[in-house]
This record gives sequence, C-alpha cells and structure tokens, in this order.
Amino acid sequence: MVSDLPLLSLIIWLPIVGGIVVLAASRGGNDNLVRKLALGVSVLTFVVSLPLYGAFDKGTAEMQFQEMATWIPAFNINYHLGIDGISMLLILLTTFTTVLVVISSWEVIKHKVAQYMAAFLIMEGAMNGVFAALDAALFYVFWEAMLIPMFLIIGIWGGARRVYAAIKFFLYTFLGSVFLLVAILYLFFQSDSFSILDYHALPLSMTEQVLLFLGFLLAFAVKVPMWPVHTWLPDAHVEAPTGGSVILAAIMLKLGAYGFVRFMLPITPDASSELDWLVITLSLIAIVYIALVALVQEDMKKLIAYSSIAHMGFVTLGFFVVFGIFDQTGNVQGAALGFEGAVVQLISHGFISGALFLCVGVMYDRLHSRQISDYGGVVNTMPTFAALMVLFAMANAGLPGTSGFVGEFMVILSAYKANFWLAFLAGTTLVLGAAYTLWMVKRVLFGEVKNEGVANLKDLNAREGVVLGSLAVLVLLLGIWPAPVVDVLHSAVDNLLQHVVISKL
Amino acid sequence: MESVYLGIVLAPLIGAIVAGLFGRQIGRAGAHWVTIVGVAISFLLSLVVFKHIVLDESAAFNGTVYTWMVSDGIRFEIGFLIDQLTALMILVVTFVSLMVHIYTIGYMHDDPGYQRFFSYISLFTFSMLMLVMANNFLQLFFGWEAVGLVSYLLIGFWYKRESAIYANLKAFLVNRVGDFGFLLGIAAIVVYFNSLDYADVFAAAPLMADMTVRIFAADEWNLLTVICILLFIGAMGKSAQVPLHVWLPDSMEGPTPISALIHAATMVTAGIFMVARMSPLYELSETALSVVLVIGAVTALSMGLLGLVQNDIKRVIAYSTLSQLGYMTVALGASAYAAGIFHLMTHAFFKALLFLAAGSVIIALHHEQDIRKMGGLKKYMPITYWCMLIGSLALIGFPGFSGFFSKDAIIEAVHASDITGAGFAYWCVLLGVFVTALYSFRMFFLVFHGPERIDPHAKAHLHESPAVVTVPLILLAIPSVIAGLLYAGPLLFQGFFGDSIVVRAEHDVLAQLGEGYTGALGFMLHGLMAAPFWLAMAGVGLAYYLYMVRPDLPEKLKQQFLWLYNLLDRKYGCDDFNDKVFAGGSRAAGRVLWKVGDVTLIDGVMVNGTAYGVGWLSGVVRVIQSGFLYHYAFAMIIGLLVLLSWFVFA
Repeated sequence: MVSDLPLLSLIIWLPIVGGIVVLAASRGGNDNLVRKLALGVSVLTFVVSLPLYGAFDKGTAEMQFQEMATWIPAFNINYHLGIDGISMLLILLTTFTTVLVVISSWEVIKHKVAQYMAAFLIMEGAMNGVFAALDAALFYVFWEAMLIPMFLIIGIWGGARRVYAAIKFFLYTFLGSVFLLVAILYLFFQSDSFSILDYHALPLSMTEQVLLFLGFLLAFAVKVPMWPVHTWLPDAHVEAPTGGSVILAAIMLKLGAYGFVRFMLPITPDASSELDWLVITLSLIAIVYIALVALVQEDMKKLIAYSSIAHMGFVTLGFFVVFGIFDQTGNVQGAALGFEGAVVQLISHGFISGALFLCVGVMYDRLHSRQISDYGGVVNTMPTFAALMVLFAMANAGLPGTSGFVGEFMVILSAYKANFWLAFLAGTTLVLGAAYTLWMVKRVLFGEVKNEGVANLKDLNAREGVVLGSLAVLVLLLGIWPAPVVDVLHSAVDNLLQHVVISKL
Repeated sequence: MESVYLGIVLAPLIGAIVAGLFGRQIGRAGAHWVTIVGVAISFLLSLVVFKHIVLDESAAFNGTVYTWMVSDGIRFEIGFLIDQLTALMILVVTFVSLMVHIYTIGYMHDDPGYQRFFSYISLFTFSMLMLVMANNFLQLFFGWEAVGLVSYLLIGFWYKRESAIYANLKAFLVNRVGDFGFLLGIAAIVVYFNSLDYADVFAAAPLMADMTVRIFAADEWNLLTVICILLFIGAMGKSAQVPLHVWLPDSMEGPTPISALIHAATMVTAGIFMVARMSPLYELSETALSVVLVIGAVTALSMGLLGLVQNDIKRVIAYSTLSQLGYMTVALGASAYAAGIFHLMTHAFFKALLFLAAGSVIIALHHEQDIRKMGGLKKYMPITYWCMLIGSLALIGFPGFSGFFSKDAIIEAVHASDITGAGFAYWCVLLGVFVTALYSFRMFFLVFHGPERIDPHAKAHLHESPAVVTVPLILLAIPSVIAGLLYAGPLLFQGFFGDSIVVRAEHDVLAQLGEGYTGALGFMLHGLMAAPFWLAMAGVGLAYYLYMVRPDLPEKLKQQFLWLYNLLDRKYGCDDFNDKVFAGGSRAAGRVLWKVGDVTLIDGVMVNGTAYGVGWLSGVVRVIQSGFLYHYAFAMIIGLLVLLSWFVFA
C-alpha cells in the first residue's frame, strides 16, 4: 500500500535533500543539468503527494497519514506529522506550484541557477513541514526555516530595491513569529506538551485566551497579511523574482491563514468568539480599503499584490463568521459554508494569483517593466497570452465558472447569515474586484500597440504555455466542479466548528 | 428528453470551443460552419422541446445534471427546469441566434477576428440558454454572469478602438453593480430558505410571506420585499433599467450582429425573464411590484426621449431598446408577466430585424453610422428598406404587426392595474408610444427617404447586401409581422404558460382583459379606436412633417429649446455623474487611502518610523558610551548620590 509509506516525511525531506543535491551538482557548472535535476525533484515530490488525496479518508476528522517519533524527549518534543482535509489540499497546492515555479524559471534565471532552484526546493520542504506538523516545536522550526530561502530569493534575485524589500519582509514576519514562539512556550508550560492536538483540548481562562489570541493574531495576521500589517507584501512582491512572487502569493500567504485554523480558533475559541469583531473588521477593511488602493496602482505586481490582500480578506472573514452565526441562531448551521468557502478561496487564490504573477513575469521578461503605462495593446502581438490573462483576470474578478467565484460566493452566502451588512461589504468585491482587475487588463492588453517594445513582443513559448495553460485548466475545473475539493473538507471543518463553539472556560 | 436538453446547451458550447481554440486550424469557413451547425441543432431541438412541452402538454421537466458541490447540507447543482416559459425562451433565443450567425457571415466577412467572433456568439448562446434553462439560483447566476462576460468580450471585440474598450469595461462594471444586488438577493434566499432550488423556494415562499427582517437598525422589512428588490437590482443591470441603463447605448461599440443578438434580443431580456420566472415571489410583495412598475415606467419614457436626439443609427435603436425594456418591466410590475414575456418575444424578432437592417445599411455605406449622412436609400436597398419598415411598424405598434399586440396588452394591463404607481406608469407608457413613433420614423425617413446626403465615395459602391444578410432579414421579418396575430390569444389570455407563471387572483389584470377578448381581429379593431394607435400615428405624422416636409424646423426647434436639447444630448447627465462621482470618487478614495493610509501612516510612521526610532535611540545611547573613564566614573558617582539620597530620605 502506498499509504504505508511515510508519505508526509517523503514530501518534506525529498525536496530538502533534493535541494542539497542540486547545490552539490552545481559544482560541475552545468546549469541545464541543475535545471533538469530540480525539475525531477519537484515532479517526484508532486507525484508522491498525489496519494495523499487518493488514499484520503473523507469520513473521519482524525488526522491522517500520521507519523510519530521522539525528537527531544527532555521537553516532550516529537516529530509528529499528520494532515486533515485542509492541510492536505494546501500540501498539494504547494507541491504543484513548486513544479510550475521550477519550469517558469527555466531560462529566465541565468545567474546562480543552482542556488535559486535549491532555495525553492528547500522552501517547498519547509512549507510542507508547516502544513504537516502536529507538534508545535516542529511547526515553529519549519515556520522559521522557510523564511530564510524566501529572504535569499528576494535579496539575491530581486529587483532594484531588493535589499529593502527583503529586510522588510524578514523583520515584519519575524516580528510576528516571536509572538507565536511566546504563545507556544506559554502553552508548553501549561500543558507540558508540544502537541498541537493537546492544546486544542487544553482548558484556558479568558485572560490567557485573549493574550494567546492576540499573540497568534499578530503572528498570523502579518503572514496573511491583514490590514494594517500588510505593507511588506507589495514591496516584497514588486522586488521578488517571478518565482518568488508566485510562491509568496500562492503558498506563503496561506500559511498565515492555516495558522488561524490550526492554532487560533481551536486553542482560543472563547477569545475568538469575544474578539471576532476585530478579525471581521480587519477582513472587511482588506476587502474594501485594499481594493480601492489596488485600483490606483501603477505597477502591475503591486496591483496584484493588493488584490491578493483583498482576496485573503475573504478567507479570514469566512473563518470568523461562525461566531456571528452562532450568536444569531444558536447553532453553526451555515457556518461550514463560509469556512469551506474560505479554504476553497485559499486554493483558488493560489492558482489565480500565481497565474497573474506569472503573466506579469512573462511580460517583464520581454520588456523589463512592470509599469502599466509601459504597456498597451499587448493583445495585438501576444494573442494567446492575452486570452489566458483575460481568463485569469476574470477569475480574479470572481466570475462564475472560474475558481475565483466559488470561495467568494460561499463566504458571502455565509456572511449574510451572520449579518446583512457583512455580506453587503464583502459583496462590494463584485464591483471593486472587477474594476481594478479589468481596468488593468484594458490598459495593458487592449488598445492600439502603444510603443516599439510592445510591437516587438513575441507570444508565449511552449514552456510558458504549459505553465499558464495548466493553471487555466485548474481554474476552470475548480470553477465548474468544486465538489472534489469541497468534499474532503467536510469532516475536518464540521469537527472544528463544533469544537470552536464549545467554551473552554 | 434529458439528452435533448443537454444537446441544446452543449451544441453551441462545443461550437464555441472548437471555433475558439482551433480557429486557425479549421479556417474561416470551418468556424462558421461548426458554430452555425451547433446553433442550428440547438434550434431544432428547441422545436422538439416546444412541441413536447407546449403542443403535447407534457409535464414540465425539473432535474439535475450534476451536483456542483454540497456544503453545509445545501446542494449546489446544475440542472434544468423545462416548462412553457423555458420552452418559449429557448425557441426565441436559438432562432434569433441562428439568424444572427448566418448574417454574421456577410457582415464580418472582411474582419480578421472572424473565428473569434463566431466563437463568442456561440458561447453567448450557450450562456443565455444556461440562464433560461436553470432550475436553481446558482445556475441562474452562472448564466447571468456568463452573458455579462461574453457581452464584455463582444463590445470590446474591436479592441484597438479606445471607445470600444472603454464601453466594454463600463458595461461590465455597471452590470456588476446590478449583480451585486442580485447576489445579495440569492444570499438572502439561501439564508432563509436553505435551498437554491426554484421548486423548494417557490413552495416555501407563501409561508414566508409575513416574515420580516431587520436591515437598518430598527426598521422591520418584509423579507420577500427585500429579496425581490435585491433580485430586481440585478435585473436593472442586465435589462438596463434606470439608473443602471448607462451601459447599453455605449455597447453599440460592438459589431452590429452583437447589438442585435445581445443588446436587443437576448441578454438584455434576462432581467425580464428572471422576474417572470420569480413570479411566485414577486406576487407576494406588492411593494416590490410597485418598485418594478415605477422603474420600468421611468425607463420607458425617459429613454425614448433620448432616442429623439441621437444621430447614430444604432444608438437610436439602442435607446428604443431601453424604452421597450421599460415597457416589459412595466408589464412585470403590473403582474402581466405573460404580456411582458410576449413583448419580449415580439421585440426580440423586430428589434433583431431593425438592428440587422441597420447593419445592412452600415455595411452598404462602408461603416457609416451617422443618419445625417444617409437619405434616399430606398431605391438602392429595397429589401433592407421593406424589412426596416416592417420592423419600425412593429416597433411603434401598428395594428396587425406583432408589436401592436404585445404593447397594447401592456398598456391595457397597466390601465387595469390598481397597485401603487399604476396611474403614473400608465401615462408614461402612453406618452412613450408617441415618442417611439416619432424617433423611429425620424430615423426611417432620414435614412431611406428625402435627399441623398451620402458620401460620394461610398455611393459609388452602393448596392443591396448579399443573400446571407438579406435572408436572415426576411426570416426575421416574417415573425415580426405574424407573431402577434398567431400568439396573442394563447400567450396572453389562454393560459399558455400554465404553472410556470404564477399570478394572484387580485393582481390578474390579464384575466380581466381576457374577458373582453374576442380574438386577434377584435383586438385589432379595438386597437384602431384606442389612444395608443392615434398617438403612434401622430408620432409618425410629426416625424414626416419635421423631416420630410419642413426639414428646417428641427434645427429651429433645437435652437429654441436648447436647454432641453442639451439635457437630452447629455443623457440627463447620468454619464457625467457616474464618471465624476463613482469612478472619480473611487479613484480619489483609493489614492488617499494608498498615499495617506499605506505610504504615510503605516509605512512611514509605523514601519519605517520604528526603524528610525530605533536608529535615533541607539544614536542617543551611543553618546553615553564615550569610552572615557572619567565619564563613567562621573556617572557612577551621580548614580551613587541619587541612590544614597533615596535611601536616606525615603
């Protein structure tokens, strides 16, 4: 049986070891070998991760594919891995996106290829580790470990202001992580355990919960990112190389959201219920305020970065509507819709924002500009590319039939159950999201050929076509038939929602 | 029958995909064949369905195609509801679409985007069919947004034109404003009915009739009123009702076949169809019906007036579409859903005819659209001339033509209705008849009669359009004439729609009218003696006088009533208002939030401010670390003194 293999360990360590091998192989100076090796490793990891879906048992809320080994017995720290439906999907997203990133960097990165590829592979392992860890210490190690490759990717292969952006990224997220560490240590002293699942059952007073809640909020809100700790993201995106932006948007932001699911909600349910207004307010600010900011951006990457923040607002909103619904109706009927919608939004946003950053990358590789004003009429010279970019733009605007619709739709429906005005404010994305995305599309793709540069553009090559094409298929597939993604979530989400409305006091 | 239903939607979809993805491989002829065959299959199958449901009186079909997802116990499905209403709609949609497909071969003959165009219009047909065949709100919304998407693609079809890509963005965003309301309406339905299925919702609606909800602090609102108004906001976007009408005139930037298909015959009727489909809900809320009625009436009259000052042949017809959509909406508000749908059907025929005839003129004149540069075309284009005349007569409701029956039914229905706003609406639609006749025949006379003002260069090649253009015109002209005679009785008064449309007895104005109905001929005779007919004749007469007999008068009138002309020419200032307040306001807000909120406050003060603060503090602290022993010794002595004095005196 495949499920007897330590699949989770494999998908963590395979890319990390692979990354080291890639580094070692670079001594030969053969960049092509390095690229093929990196591609091999990432594809292999993706293939190994597929049985996680195939052998997944939808009927149980228990953690699956669990692995357990003692690591530091003195502090009761274990190498404990396991996943539920939520983390399983995020792991698949990670392994898939990494393959795309390796392919998309193929001839774009010419400088220190091995280091670049290795950084992504090692980061992939660390991110899978975060999603799979059930031990808080292990989680924290992976959580911090993945910062380093990303710091290097922005700092070495980034744009003109890469050093500022890299340091801002690092300090910002590191600041958040410190609060996470304090929170975990406190929980350890209370429970004498580092097991996240033990923390879920740990009774805590309201004061303790509120303090822990705030610690978690700072740690995870920076990563998501939520307003007002979001300003690192536009800078990081603008300066990062395309691959870095893709991983940042598609996966790294999801880690913050995942923290809400794994730590904040189940460990501090009473504080979450008490302070849900805070998270909901910040989510709505993200949806409305950030959308307006996105509207006036002149740099395509910045625009998409702001759009990412706005879309992540739906995720945090979807996670926290449960308390409002529970207050209104006395049960959680209707909350699972929002919660599952939030998870679908995570996956969908991974595809769409990744694809949009790749689109900008495709143009950047040709004209070395990200400014909207440097483009115009791209459709005349790159029709295939334009068709794909319009598709992704429509998905970003939440058009039904694309994945972007599913999560937003579910969250808005659920938000209405809590309060009409939540749904109203969230629904403004229908107009604002379309406005900033399509206005950019209009200025970049449509119109007469604007300048010499645009006139000489070459349409997608096969490599770019494969990358964008596969994302397009996924965006459509998830939009036309989201059931395969939603079905694996039910058990975990129902279990969590039942748990969060039971007081720990 | 299920495979037939599937075939109806899939045939155009497959055509669209093949023409879209493999356009280069299959070539131009391949693209038009594959899409025309697809739509033709769809049309033939629609005939089968029409026979099955309407003529054979089989039971309505309501079934699931596949389950989109299940979450929280709510099933999200894709499925079909095929009843009399759907059967009629798919027939109209596929017929007009088929005509437009054929016509496109001629119209787009020289266009480099030929395959793309066929792909889009087939995709549009698919979307519209999904919309009208839906048995649940999810699929309705899917079709709703999909027609919006295709409309976006088609208005911006000539993507090099700045005006086209402005218009398509505008159309999409204005529609999105409507969809925003629509989505909230759907959300309300899910929250209170716990289902997206029409059948479940309609069954439960009477039980919810007295339920109230709180939206603003303490006011109690009737739930169904809230839902119906929210859904109607969506209809206002798609069916271009005031104030969400602004996108439709601009949408004329798209190629003419699209103006005929999307912006006259089908997509804009989605809102009308939706309200008729939701009649079990609207019937339970008189407030919502009044809102629908008043909005429709305002649209019917005010948009017709704008048609008087347009000089672009397509824009004249576009404003007439807006005005006629207003008539349909009025019918819905008066609970005369059948009359609304009937007018939708007749309008689809004669408006598609008018647009395609206008397109025929436009290509004959090498893409000249200004009616001031036409005139006297009758002798060059006889087929187009007669078709345009038939379309215009149908539009103004000349007795015997299809538009007469449907429009007269609406006017009579509003007259008979006694819900709030019906009196106002009656006067609007009555005056609208005069206005309609005036602008229609103004255009007609200016284009086909009178002196030739044609560009000499264009005149050299002037001739009647080829058969691919004229045959669809003739095929559309036939139902424009006879559809009323044939179907007025069954559709309006003889229960054609069965259970697919629900009307409460006290609202049932059509039943009242039906009591006096003695057949189409009697209807016509009655029409000859009623006010609308004479108003229409007055309109035609005035148009003839102003533009044929005294062509100097319009200019004089314009100078005399310049303020009025300017008001109409500026379209009541709606566009200016939207541009300044909504578009400009959002951009200004965005700029302030970005520059002040993000850049100055968060990044400037908090983030970089912290960094500067730390830098400044370490600068200060560094001064103390001077490295001179006597500085440290001095500090120690001071410290010792302070501590000692604290111990001694405290």
